[in-house]
Amino acid sequence: MPLTDRSAAELAAALAAGEVTSAACTEAFLERIEAANPTINAFLSVDRDGAIDQAAAIDAARAAGKPLGPLAGLPVAVKDVLCTTDQPTTCASKMLAGYRPPYDADVVRRLREAGCVIVGKTNMDEFAMGGSNENSAFGLVRNPWDLDRAPGGSSGGSAAAIAADMAPLAIGSDTGGSIRQPAGLCGITGLKPTYGRVSRRGLVAFSSSLDQIGPMARSAEDCALLLEAIAGHDPGDSTSLAVDVPAYRAELDKPLAGLKIGRVAAHFGDGLDPEVAEHVETAFAAYEAAGATIHEVELPHAAYGVPTYYLIAPSEASSNLARYDGAHYGHRWDGTARPDDGGISSFDSPLVEMYCRSRAEGFGPEVKRRIMLGTYALSAGYYDAYYAKALRVRRLIRQDFLDAFEQVDLIGGPVSATPAFKLGEKTDDPVAMYLVDLYTVGTNLAGIGGISFPCGFTAGGLPVGFQLQGPALSEPLLLRAAHQYQQTTDWHTRRPAAVSA
Amino acid sequence: MAAENDTQPGLTADDVMKVAMLGRLALSGAELSSLTQELSNIVGFVSQLSEVDTAAVEPLAHPLDSQNVFRADEPAASLSTEQALAMAPRHDGECFLVPAVLGESGSA
Repeated sequence: MPLTDRSAAELAAALAAGEVTSAACTEAFLERIEAANPTINAFLSVDRDGAIDQAAAIDAARAAGKPLGPLAGLPVAVKDVLCTTDQPTTCASKMLAGYRPPYDADVVRRLREAGCVIVGKTNMDEFAMGGSNENSAFGLVRNPWDLDRAPGGSSGGSAAAIAADMAPLAIGSDTGGSIRQPAGLCGITGLKPTYGRVSRRGLVAFSSSLDQIGPMARSAEDCALLLEAIAGHDPGDSTSLAVDVPAYRAELDKPLAGLKIGRVAAHFGDGLDPEVAEHVETAFAAYEAAGATIHEVELPHAAYGVPTYYLIAPSEASSNLARYDGAHYGHRWDGTARPDDGGISSFDSPLVEMYCRSRAEGFGPEVKRRIMLGTYALSAGYYDAYYAKALRVRRLIRQDFLDAFEQVDLIGGPVSATPAFKLGEKTDDPVAMYLVDLYTVGTNLAGIGGISFPCGFTAGGLPVGFQLQGPALSEPLLLRAAHQYQQTTDWHTRRPAAVSA
Repeated sequence: MAAENDTQPGLTADDVMKVAMLGRLALSGAELSSLTQELSNIVGFVSQLSEVDTAAVEPLAHPLDSQNVFRADEPAASLSTEQALAMAPRHDGECFLVPAVLGESGSA
């Protein structure tokens, strides 16, 4: 079996046992990237030399008998929204083309300390805004299962990298579904941890009360391995939780007997693809067969999740992205180009003109749309009607989850209403694109955890995802429930033809 | 601009221009036209929240309802001037350089 076919857990065991070197393992994935990336475009940058050096250093440390962590020597792909001092950090935006941050993200620091080999930075929707990866300033990503379809987003590059065997582990970020939705559309496993479980220091901020970093891999077991390395308190992020990190992998093998899983009837309404519905129902049946019980629960305000999200996230984004001013770092207007302004002919000062033109040139259309929407929602006279209203509905949405988790341990359902959609299909209709987040935004608004993993394939050969949502800090249960499902199914082991060809 | 209780929220090009200036974005004529339509559609979509009775509900700004977190008030290392200026589009070795803060635009 080629090294790129093995799970991260298998590779970790082989590395620890000295059966495989990190150099060989890293080289195998780099070659796979070099073969597949020109088609898939999952990576924005690949650090071949740095990866080879890091692998050699780990092999030398192992040969010298130094104590190494479980991830030592394993290649990891990192979404290009996390700061890395030794590789570009662009957020797939012209605004940050060529940018090198002055410090590593806390997650990157932890990966390095664990001895991971960071092979490159993955493509994404610009500043993590999007659900198809079509908003990247550096080219779209193709879904390895069907090259004419989107991989989902915004962590589309990380999802496609895993699906196409370009890395055994990847880091994503999830603000409204950006780990779980591409994981579902690409047939892999992805976990959005509880808000605060993983430090956000050095994660380029999109919506600070919603953003959370999480693991993406083929299996729940591999996600558990990666989460164990990146979770934990960071004094550099005041929202990171000072709560011990459980041994996630140690919990995986406990049986599911007695587990109560909620099912929300409203998840199965109009708009849910019949094939998706069928596979999701079959997954519920598999849980029943494993000893879990299924209970109908209600999330009465779930239908308001997307509009609530599309007020809060753009509002926070418009504030966070104010830092791109053409002065401190990032793109700056050259001081001469003055294209048609559509009416804005005078600026308050030369400085303001520099701000406005630098931002106009550096940001893509969806980022501009969200800055505009957020600025509008926060502006005088509209703040109460839009932003404050959304914060009130957010409390109701969170309360729905708290109430439901009084009755059940986890809530199951679809990740996305449809399998992967065609590239270009939704790009002309922002509201249609926003609705791809229907089943995932509630998790972020409530600050709880959610996991997505494959539960079948359509007749056309596209993966279908199943989502489990759990209360705050329920990651051990989410990972265990997904792992137990993956012990009796093989969906997560299937490979796209584009990979095996 | 539309009043809060409007049932048909819509933005005019003038509204969009004002928001663009607040958000520090220069817009082309084509962007102004497309954003006026798109933002009207999106604002119409999000306005469905007005159906929800939130009279007795406090805003939730943060999922954890967390309190302020303080660290010890002790000096610690931070970025050097060199590091802070390393990615600046223009600097003089000590400061970021920007166009004039006062005066007419177009005179930069």
